[in-house]
Amino acid sequence: MHRWIGAGPEDRKHILSELGVDSMDRLFATIPDEVRVDRLELPGPRDDGSLLAELEQLANGNVTQDEMPSFLGTGVYRHVEPAVVDAVLQRAEFFTSYTPYQPEISQGTLQAIFEYQTIITRLAGLEVANASLYDGVTAMVEAALTAHRVHRGKRNRVVVAETVHPVYRRVLATYTEPLGLEVVVVPAGPDGRLDPERAAAAIDDGTCCLIVQSPNFLGVIEDLAAAAEGAHGKGALAVQVVTEAASLGLLRGGGDHGFDIVCGEAQSFGIPASFGGPHLGFFATSRKYMRQMPGRLVGQTVDTDGRRAFCLTLATREQHIRRTKATSNICSNHGLMLIAATVWLELLGGGGLGELAAACLACSEDLKRRISGLDGGWRLAYPESSTFNEFLLLGPGSGAELRDRLVQEGVLAGVPSRLWGGGWPDGLLVAVTERTTRSDVEALLAALGRVV
Amino acid sequence: MKRRPLRDEPLIFEKNPERRRRGRFQLPPLDVEPVDPASVAPAGQVREPIEELPDLGELDVVQHFHRLSQLNFAVDEGLYPLGSCTMKYNPRINEVVARLAGFAHVHPLQPVSQVQGALRVMWELQEALRVITGLDAVTLQPAAGAHGELTGMLMIRKALEARGEHRESVLIPDSAHGTNPASATFAGFQAVEIASAADGTVDMEALDRLMTDRVAGIMLTVPNTLGVFEPRIVEIADLVHQRGGLLYLDGANLNAFVGKALPGAMGVDALHINLHKTFSTPHGGGGPGAGALAVSAALTPHLPVPRVIRSGGRFDLEWEDAASIGSMRGFYGNFLVLVRALAYIWGLGAEGLAETAEVAVLYANLVRHRLAPAYHMKYDAPSLHEVVFDDSRQLEHGVNNGDISKRLLDYGFHPPTMSFPLIVHGALMIEPTESPSPEEIEAFCEAMLAIAREAEENPELLHEAPHETPVRRVDEVEAARHPVLRWEPAGREEPQG
Amino acid sequence: MSVPSDLLYTKTHEWMRREGDLAVVGITHYAQDQLGEVVYVELPEVGRSAGPGEELGTLESVKAVSEFFAPAGGEVVEVNERLNDEPNLVNDDPFGGGWLVKMRIREESGLLDAAAYDRLVAEESH
Repeated sequence: MHRWIGAGPEDRKHILSELGVDSMDRLFATIPDEVRVDRLELPGPRDDGSLLAELEQLANGNVTQDEMPSFLGTGVYRHVEPAVVDAVLQRAEFFTSYTPYQPEISQGTLQAIFEYQTIITRLAGLEVANASLYDGVTAMVEAALTAHRVHRGKRNRVVVAETVHPVYRRVLATYTEPLGLEVVVVPAGPDGRLDPERAAAAIDDGTCCLIVQSPNFLGVIEDLAAAAEGAHGKGALAVQVVTEAASLGLLRGGGDHGFDIVCGEAQSFGIPASFGGPHLGFFATSRKYMRQMPGRLVGQTVDTDGRRAFCLTLATREQHIRRTKATSNICSNHGLMLIAATVWLELLGGGGLGELAAACLACSEDLKRRISGLDGGWRLAYPESSTFNEFLLLGPGSGAELRDRLVQEGVLAGVPSRLWGGGWPDGLLVAVTERTTRSDVEALLAALGRVV
Repeated sequence: MKRRPLRDEPLIFEKNPERRRRGRFQLPPLDVEPVDPASVAPAGQVREPIEELPDLGELDVVQHFHRLSQLNFAVDEGLYPLGSCTMKYNPRINEVVARLAGFAHVHPLQPVSQVQGALRVMWELQEALRVITGLDAVTLQPAAGAHGELTGMLMIRKALEARGEHRESVLIPDSAHGTNPASATFAGFQAVEIASAADGTVDMEALDRLMTDRVAGIMLTVPNTLGVFEPRIVEIADLVHQRGGLLYLDGANLNAFVGKALPGAMGVDALHINLHKTFSTPHGGGGPGAGALAVSAALTPHLPVPRVIRSGGRFDLEWEDAASIGSMRGFYGNFLVLVRALAYIWGLGAEGLAETAEVAVLYANLVRHRLAPAYHMKYDAPSLHEVVFDDSRQLEHGVNNGDISKRLLDYGFHPPTMSFPLIVHGALMIEPTESPSPEEIEAFCEAMLAIAREAEENPELLHEAPHETPVRRVDEVEAARHPVLRWEPAGREEPQG
Repeated sequence: MSVPSDLLYTKTHEWMRREGDLAVVGITHYAQDQLGEVVYVELPEVGRSAGPGEELGTLESVKAVSEFFAPAGGEVVEVNERLNDEPNLVNDDPFGGGWLVKMRIREESGLLDAAAYDRLVAEESH
């Protein structure tokens, strides 16, 4: 008799007798004997207290980013976590409800999504945004597939900058290979940026899109206008990937520079690092490509009394209707993470988001300046290139060595830049946010000083 | 009893219309020199703050979301009998453990020595799912069931390639969920529809004819979308294997037989498990879920990377393997969702899991028994955890399943699944799950019977339903004809169409 | 309800009206009734060539998508742009303002006259 199961033994007896069935076992008569199991080889049930104790022990087996100064980024950033965000997520009406297929009793979720879509379009500089995807990586993949569809499958080449996050590019390869798409990678230039001319040279009449990340994997801000021009020159779509969404608080989204799709990772908007998931993929495009866009969409309409109401719309793009011709196989979105991001953005307001982004920039520039003044072989890889809140730091050793030595000195100083290879120097990618304190910085600099 | 009135809640953009400065969320103190963005960022890239989001005090935002939440129906309020969605109780202890700082505040790229607890959570869940499925290995990467399907189909493709074979198509029953053909297509296969027998099970003669050496395998849902267990599943698996193919099982309906039957014993090669269905992780208004994928030994070498591995007492992440299909996402999985699933499995234990399927099936049969006098069933075969009626009797009075569903909202229940499966026109697919009390099931049945009477006596009432919800029937046609997908300030309306 | 007698019909519920060497194509009243309210029409590109029975485009309702097919072989010379803003024309005026495409016809065969089409619909409605 388990507390999570609604019917006790007496209830079950009662129901069986109403059904005229003599045992529970009869209800499973249609399952062939050969596949039956009597009892799973698992331990017995646990009460809440024991569960908490056991899982707490596992949680304590981790060192968190709160326990030592952390400068880790590369797609997962440590930003403010206002208490209101989680308080809203804990409302059962938001987290125990289903996809809003019945709009009459889901206006809360639908309106929140509509607000999210609106905000994302403004940040991206484009006209329509979907109701989220799993993460930034799959958002980028979906962008490439969208571009492929827009060209009706006649252009099978995807050109991507090497300065797009290596993990993003790996996943792109996994998805594109079975579909017969060719991925061409344009190497990073000596300034840590995509060379727009080399990109343009790689783009041909068979290219469906050019994918550029900005700020890129090395933290450098790309020349977006030039990249878009290069893509459009050959009729390819221009796709911007953003892995640090907070940058959109300071930098214009690619839509303002002519990009056709702006997509990426919105974990920075109030979602904790979570050991990598669940995060939040965002996707925005121009109205022209609205029907080619994957994922759910919420639209505004009216009810029978003429009252404003929201509902899921343009569902015919999706798998449950289009099946083989769907724009994606995606069924769910990351609804609750979308709520988190929307609450976070609305708490900050446009002004607060701008302030937060400015703080990230100021802290990052300050740290870069102070590092430039250090001895011992520490230097910035790209001192002349503009960055937002992340940069490549070189030192007396490989990135992996430096990372390990600095952990021993009590600082999570950064992510080794060549963890997944790449045509750039081997060092540490250091990320800075509005949460980076003076004492974090002092600890880092002191630790750098001890590693020579 | 009436509900007290709720004020209409405006869009956030409509608040503080004069855009006045107010006390908003406060950032940590800035103890460095501010920098002029224009002096750092490339020319033309600095933005103005977006005007749409006004300054709002904290309570204003709290009230906004509180009022919005009150417009939603949820599992915590009442029965949500959506077929194939398994809207069971989301235990609160799961929410507590998922919020432990030791889980939430860990970065995926911290050194492996610092994240042994997190890796162990994933390992334990993988092991538990291996036992539950009787299969060989598990990946926790997929973010959802459909994502798991794609992963499984890519692995099947890779396994065939490794054998030097190239098979272009995959068989999929006409009763399958839409993600199945979509996933097969994105894995580079052609989806070939195989017609079901009269009871929705696989037509063995059709299978024999279609299962050639050009076919990679078949994607089945068991029990199928009519709630019927595939009686010849072992025979089907044998036939498919004999012809060199592989068997994919869509695990959406696992709640029907968890702890009672083993997919491994059925001959399954790949099975995705919706953790947000059978394993209680919250639906979150649409997500995030997690779609663990369990595979047979034939597919194990091709699991995605990075993989959680164990050597001695230590856990590690394996990032490279030439036989792998590659990676399906950033990092390792929807970790905080995985924590909840593990807590659920440990909380239930072996007995609890078996009991879950038993009561889920018991309740579905009770609903079937109670509603059969009033609603038509196209297929007569025994039901497991869900029962599918249709609206054909009510159509005689001009009432369809849409009307019935909208009227059910007036009775305080979420409607069943309607637009699915495709092989039943006007479907009402009811899955009560094991969570509700018997009284809740009773109340639902009473409501459905009352609606059946209303369909005969007063069809107009149903056509005009719902009457008691925060908004009345929503015009979805208009939303699709003239999509308005974001807010615009007055005087700046979007072009329609 | 009987269909206009001056048109020709397909088994897939398209109609065709000859205007010299051009033909106007649409879907029948029966077809739009089966579809429900049309929310969007995906029309082919002008210049597109199609053989008889080849898919030309799709008609979407809120919950379903249906293809429509070329009644005869030829080339698309014009499409009904009004349907972008007024897809409801397909429901409201299927034989008139709800026309879908105009084609230059190369080959034509196997089309039904009004009486034969009426019989087809009568059978299907059972």
